[in-house]
Amino acid sequence: MKKTLLSLFVLASGILLSFTLPHKGYHVGDTATDFSLKNIDGKMLSMADYKDANGFIVVFTCNSCPWAVMYEDRLIDLHNTYAPQGYPVIAINPNNPEIKPDDSFEGMQMRAKEKGFPFAYVFDEKQTVFPEYGATKTPHVYLLDKDRVVQYIGAIDDSPKDASAVESAYVANAIEALKVGKRPDPKSTKAIGCSIKA
Amino acid sequence: MVKALKSILFLFIVASSTNAQDWNLKDVDVINSFDALEQRFVLKDGGIHVINFWATWCKPCVAELPYFEEALLATEKDKIKFTYVSLDLEKHLDSKVIPFLNESNIQAEVILLTDGKYNSWIDRVDPSWSGAIPITLITQGTKKVFFEGSVHSAQEIIDLIKKVNI
Repeated sequence: MKKTLLSLFVLASGILLSFTLPHKGYHVGDTATDFSLKNIDGKMLSMADYKDANGFIVVFTCNSCPWAVMYEDRLIDLHNTYAPQGYPVIAINPNNPEIKPDDSFEGMQMRAKEKGFPFAYVFDEKQTVFPEYGATKTPHVYLLDKDRVVQYIGAIDDSPKDASAVESAYVANAIEALKVGKRPDPKSTKAIGCSIKA
Repeated sequence: MVKALKSILFLFIVASSTNAQDWNLKDVDVINSFDALEQRFVLKDGGIHVINFWATWCKPCVAELPYFEEALLATEKDKIKFTYVSLDLEKHLDSKVIPFLNESNIQAEVILLTDGKYNSWIDRVDPSWSGAIPITLITQGTKKVFFEGSVHSAQEIIDLIKKVNI
């Protein structure tokens, strides 16, 4: 009897595992867990530190990917527009600097200074946060609401190569939807990016 | 006399085959709509088509291309077509893509895809594609194999080809 129970248990946990293992990060509707990551000012930063936030523009980005670099100015604009409305940008560098030396913590500090990033730029040094989110590339945005529920996943807009040719500003539109209590549409998009270097 | 002709012919073949890898702007097809690219995925003669999406700025892409070249040579008798679809910026075709193709002695066909409306076509390559490169797509008729990530040997590519060819 014991044996049967045990094998049932093994079977059950096997089934459970097979369902939980392919956790490929967050989907729209999931609640994101907070993190504590080192910001370029040397201090640890969490979403909980933002007392008046209505949400967060969490973006996995880096210094070394040309497609991430093409979006730097647009991230600055997004932050300058939406941080005062309670939606700050938090940029997270997920790359392993041993593979991409430009993405070292010092490299992040340097790039932030050069560009005058007005937003937090934190380092996922242990590479634990990006798999939790399911980020696969840079840049890769997760828009969270006040309760840290993921409301939008994907690209910043529909024209990475040319900011003047943007037809759909996905992230800005998604925030505008949240502001009036609507669900973003589209709730997810795709774009080309650099694979995250683990 | 025949011998001399033969050796001249031989020299000519050697010379032309080494010259064949000189890449110029006109050797890379610039395609500005995914629709046009998609029409080339499935070969009309029913052959196998190995399509790799890459860019010169993508380190793992550049690192794996030699394995594709190796696989291309290893499968030469099977008449498998290899195409590398570059997602580089068009302004870098002359300054980065062409020099890379020459340095790496690339033999496959190379296309530059400039269609910037990524969200409209990434799912059409494969719904599971996140948008990160490299990826490899292998088609034969209605059969298709999609692989996201890097390969680390020519054998891995040959194994992928076998999957479509079952």
